Amino acid sequence: MSAALDTETHLRSAVRTDAPPAILLDKVNKWYGAMHVLRDVSLQVATGERVVVCGPSGSGKSTMIRCINRLEQHQEGRIVVDGTELSDDVRALDAIRREVGMVFQSFNLFPHLTILENCTLAPIWVRRMPKREAEELAMHYLTRVKIPDQARKYPGQLSGGQQQRVAIARALCMKPKIMLFDEPTSALDPEMIKEVLDTMVGLAEDGMTMICVTHEMGFARQVADRVVFMDRGEVVEQGAPESLFNDPKTERLRTFLSQILRGH
Amino acid sequence: MSDISLGTSVAGIPEAAPRQPPALTTGPVAWVRANLFSSWLNTALTLVLAYFIVRYAIGFVDWAFVNAIWSVPNNQTQACRALKASATPGACWAVVTEKHRFILFGTYPYEEHWRPALVCVLFTALYIVSGMRRFWRKELALVWIATLVVIGILMWGGILGLSYVPQERWGGLPITLILATFGLAFAFPLSILVALGRRSSMPAVRVLCVAYVELIRGVPLISLLFMASVMFPLFLPEGINIDKLLRAQVAITLFAGAYLAEVVRGGLQALPKGQYEAADALGLSYWYKTGFIILPQALRLVIPPLVNTFIGFFKDTSLVLIIGIFDLLTAGKTAVVEPAWQGFGVEVYLAISVIYFCYCFAMSRYSQNLEAELNRHRGR
Ligand SMILES: Nc1ncnc2c1ncn2[C@@H]1O[C@H](COP(=O)(O)OP(=O)(O)O)[C@@H](O)[C@H]1O
Ligand SMILES: [Mg+2]
Repeated sequence: MSAALDTETHLRSAVRTDAPPAILLDKVNKWYGAMHVLRDVSLQVATGERVVVCGPSGSGKSTMIRCINRLEQHQEGRIVVDGTELSDDVRALDAIRREVGMVFQSFNLFPHLTILENCTLAPIWVRRMPKREAEELAMHYLTRVKIPDQARKYPGQLSGGQQQRVAIARALCMKPKIMLFDEPTSALDPEMIKEVLDTMVGLAEDGMTMICVTHEMGFARQVADRVVFMDRGEVVEQGAPESLFNDPKTERLRTFLSQILRGH
Repeated sequence: MSDISLGTSVAGIPEAAPRQPPALTTGPVAWVRANLFSSWLNTALTLVLAYFIVRYAIGFVDWAFVNAIWSVPNNQTQACRALKASATPGACWAVVTEKHRFILFGTYPYEEHWRPALVCVLFTALYIVSGMRRFWRKELALVWIATLVVIGILMWGGILGLSYVPQERWGGLPITLILATFGLAFAFPLSILVALGRRSSMPAVRVLCVAYVELIRGVPLISLLFMASVMFPLFLPEGINIDKLLRAQVAITLFAGAYLAEVVRGGLQALPKGQYEAADALGLSYWYKTGFIILPQALRLVIPPLVNTFIGFFKDTSLVLIIGIFDLLTAGKTAVVEPAWQGFGVEVYLAISVIYFCYCFAMSRYSQNLEAELNRHRGR
């Protein structure tokens, strides 16, 4: 994990065009009550591809990403993850969730378990891994996110940045094929954002398929193969980060970018 | 710079001399000043209350210990009655001395009293062992089953050379402990299932659980006990007769289960949604999620109201007296029915209160320790 946040250079693409798409959303629609929050969202993510999703607050980014591992259910359209279509079939869902890791804005570590137990729980009970092996694996990933010495502590004893890195390690311990990030740095103090982004850059470098909702434009420029801009439940524009940021086609994206740049 | 450790001053900067807190802001004297004598009104209140406390404490000690009669020869209670009427009244503990076997064990055959006594000891030992965290293993369930079997053998007898004692003759403290222990042992798991059921995604399960809780909660325990003892047998086919104690036990269990379910549900609701989502996202199945993530946290949150319900329930078992089951309180009541001992109810009820208090206070203290210990991870 040599990589660090470095907005000047772009990572080499790891997209594998020979493999079938890792994620496919086809005309997905979702309503909360009468509110239409996803409107005909179509998106295809190739294996090894790194997609950054951005857009104003309330535009449906979280809803879309949470539909991918069915934390929310879509009502129309098709979602295919790793070759399996999402449906009411519980078996298929379990299989998909094993392959898809997720990192939340609010970390969602289990506060009554130690860092190590947080990381080994799912491998032991979902992957049926022997305890020793699961602990070795957990220590491996905790070392990767640079906090092996905190393994015996409880989440409440760690800083926000450390907690988020544990959350990443916890997801990685399931050896997922796909990682979903929902604004992983939005709840962090500025000085901790970089340590989390560095971890994610390292992950991207290893060729992980990632969908990442974030407003960190530097991160997007460095790792994203594609940036998707959402507004009011629709995918408005998508493309390579440079062309999207430097040459926005739509008025909505232009407004959004100017707001973000003013904020920074 | 690694040789600079905390507490040593950096060269050149003189270390500030340690400062003592100002006198009279800590310690018992300061506490008394701040809390009891901080103003004229406060001082006056303190003195008035102190006067009453001391006066009645002295009165009570006189009554309970100094003037008390501890035993009388074979039911001759004249001395007690004289003492009661005298200018310096005292307690007649003789009634407890005389009747303690009856109060504790009811109408259980006198020569066999060692059996219910042993049962009480076994129950208490079981509580203590179950309370120690280092015994929280799977084997504990076996210990429970074994102990309860031994308790059953001791109470009923009929094998191993023990004489058979029908359930109608059981009474006193063992009945209270049996009702409370079995009641909680079944009601607690039941309540967890019901609380989970109320949040289930299956409508039928949800409706069933809500109906159970609302129906049972809407009815006084006394009427449940009446139903169990009077009405329930009417519905049974001729010739089948379920033990009265068992029927009361079922009523009590259902009652406690409904209340505990609401307490557990409170804990489930207090958990942030993110905990459920994180568990789901990791692919944990419903039961793993519930067992490893949700319940451990939810139950910790509700230890105080849970134990509150336990304690209330322990005392509620005394209501079985209305259907003629001889628990501790009923036995005490019956003990002072005998003409020779009429009028000495206060002493008997005080003695019984002490027994109830011991169990309830132990529960309360234990829950405080448990809460502190289990929630240590929450402190920073
Ligand atoms: N559980 C919910 N119930 C009702 N409305 C919701 C719920 N979750 C999100 N919404 C609404 O859906 C819209 C999209 O939300 P979200 O996907 O969280 O947006 P974003 O992540 O882009 O900020 C918002 O208007 C939000 O208020
Ligand atoms: Mg969001």
